[in-house]
Amino acid sequence: MSETTGRSSEGQLRRTLSALRHDPLAFTGSAVLVLLVVVGVAGTWLAPAGVNEVDVDRMLQAPSWAHPFGTDELGRDVLSRVMIAARVSLQVGLVSVGIALTVGTTLGLLAGYYRGWLDNVLMRCMDVLFAFPVLLLAVAIVAVLGPGLLTATIAVGVVYTPIFARVTRAGVLSVREQVFVRAAISIGASDLRIMRRHVLPNIAAPLIVQTSLSLAFAILSEAALSFLGLGVQPPEPAWGRMLYDGRGFVTEAWWLGVFPGAAIFLTVLAFNLVGDALRDVLDPRQLTVSEARRSST
Amino acid sequence: MSDSPVLDVEGLAVTIGTRRGPARAVAGVDWSVQAGQTLALVGESGSGKSMSVLAATGLAPRTARVTGRVRLLGTDLTEVSPERRRRLRGRHVGFVFQDPMTSLNPVLTVGRQVSEAGEEHLGLTRRAARARAVELLDLVGIPSAAQRVDAYPHQFSGGMRQRVVIAMALACEPDLLIADEPTTALDVTTQAQIVELVADLQHRLGTAVVWITHDLGVVAGIADTVAVMYAGRIVEQGPVDAVFAHPAHPYTVALLAARPDPAARGADLVTIPGAPPSPWELPTGCAFFPRCPVRGDARCEHELPPLVPVSGRHQVRTFYPQATDGEDR
Repeated sequence: MSETTGRSSEGQLRRTLSALRHDPLAFTGSAVLVLLVVVGVAGTWLAPAGVNEVDVDRMLQAPSWAHPFGTDELGRDVLSRVMIAARVSLQVGLVSVGIALTVGTTLGLLAGYYRGWLDNVLMRCMDVLFAFPVLLLAVAIVAVLGPGLLTATIAVGVVYTPIFARVTRAGVLSVREQVFVRAAISIGASDLRIMRRHVLPNIAAPLIVQTSLSLAFAILSEAALSFLGLGVQPPEPAWGRMLYDGRGFVTEAWWLGVFPGAAIFLTVLAFNLVGDALRDVLDPRQLTVSEARRSST
Repeated sequence: MSDSPVLDVEGLAVTIGTRRGPARAVAGVDWSVQAGQTLALVGESGSGKSMSVLAATGLAPRTARVTGRVRLLGTDLTEVSPERRRRLRGRHVGFVFQDPMTSLNPVLTVGRQVSEAGEEHLGLTRRAARARAVELLDLVGIPSAAQRVDAYPHQFSGGMRQRVVIAMALACEPDLLIADEPTTALDVTTQAQIVELVADLQHRLGTAVVWITHDLGVVAGIADTVAVMYAGRIVEQGPVDAVFAHPAHPYTVALLAARPDPAARGADLVTIPGAPPSPWELPTGCAFFPRCPVRGDARCEHELPPLVPVSGRHQVRTFYPQATDGEDR
């Protein structure tokens, strides 16, 4: 048993960071994410213009040095709106995935650890949620709770809960049969302690990967909800909403659709790239082509 | 406490519900172990030796139905709540499992794992628990324990890991140590070291030990009492010297004869023909009858022989006790 094949948490962190640095795709993805977070946090101060500075003399202007992304039908600076909307997207993404991660992991742990009727009840409920198309379910939830930022966040969170429950349960089922869990039971450790200290850390890797991939989908779902007018309400900017507002002018003002669309595209791409890289590092069973190539050279 | 047993098992039976119907894993066993003594449970795979111990301490699988009486330090474990059973087990019983490669959690340092029971049952603070972990690792012979306490299991060899597992088991100074084939997964030199370590610790701490094994050499070396199990029942038990010198059950005789003999190098190994009965359909008579070289009469096939004394505490479950002698240890 050599030291390199094992995994200590310290070594794992180092390997993760090193993998992110050396894989060009993952590096690009991480760089985009860092930029996005900076813009999301400080967008209001970084943006060249206010989010709702209406200037009717400069409506629908094509991109120029003064307005790199052009202006919209009310003369508002599109660049500023795209930057400020980054916060909404990130916020909805993080909070909703946070909800899904917390609730899903808890349910998955309970179901996988206790099995029996609890497992059946919980997982059948998850199956019901899972059976609906993502967007349809989110729309239904928003329809019940009423549109808005908070309800959109909750809706997206609920939609992504089953996947975390499933990933967690699958991990728990294999870990709970390990001898070290039996050993923990034999020394009289409580169920809570066993789940927290022995089971959860051993299934952290797939959960981390799932989190980064779900962030991409959550941001996409939020954009879709906003596009349908069910998410963030005007005049607050959101990428999906901007796409919706720009669709009437798509023939004469392409920039209204292209720039918010590009923002969504880049964000989702970045999360996916980082998620794939994390999977390569944390889940050695899923050796991808890029890693196989790298390890063979 | 020297007279009353640490763990006393009476009429313990375990039936496991499976898709093929109920399987009788343990069909009624009695044994007990005194402080400072070692009881060896011997038998082939599936004879119920592990299951009888797991069931006695409340670790049987959920689908198992356990009957009988089990007293740990005088408390009947079958009558207390699961929560109290968990506490008693954690506080008074330590377990060492077969494979040290899998019985440690790969993502926790060995120190955290060794100190876990102390935190749970003795209410030690993190700091005290850590100091205790160093002490325990030192006790089981891990060199420079103060440095190694923060290492992860993969940084240890198999033998060293088994020492860590033993340290875990000893964390609460248990009255009883249960060793479930702790040397099976180790190479021979390491086996000897672990056996020696447990014997030494037992001597120093006065712990009672139940040693589950199929290695008769180990039994001869460390046990005070031996119980030979076959198909969920004890077929012969008694002081280890008596059983090894005068095995009375045909199965024990065959087992001892099947040990490899260094003097007979090159000769074929002796085997016992046939296989143990299926736990789904245990025979009404002697379970060893189909493989028995003696095969006395129809009574053997249809009637269960009782456990009868041979001499002193040496008991055997057969209608035809063998008169053997000269069998060396």
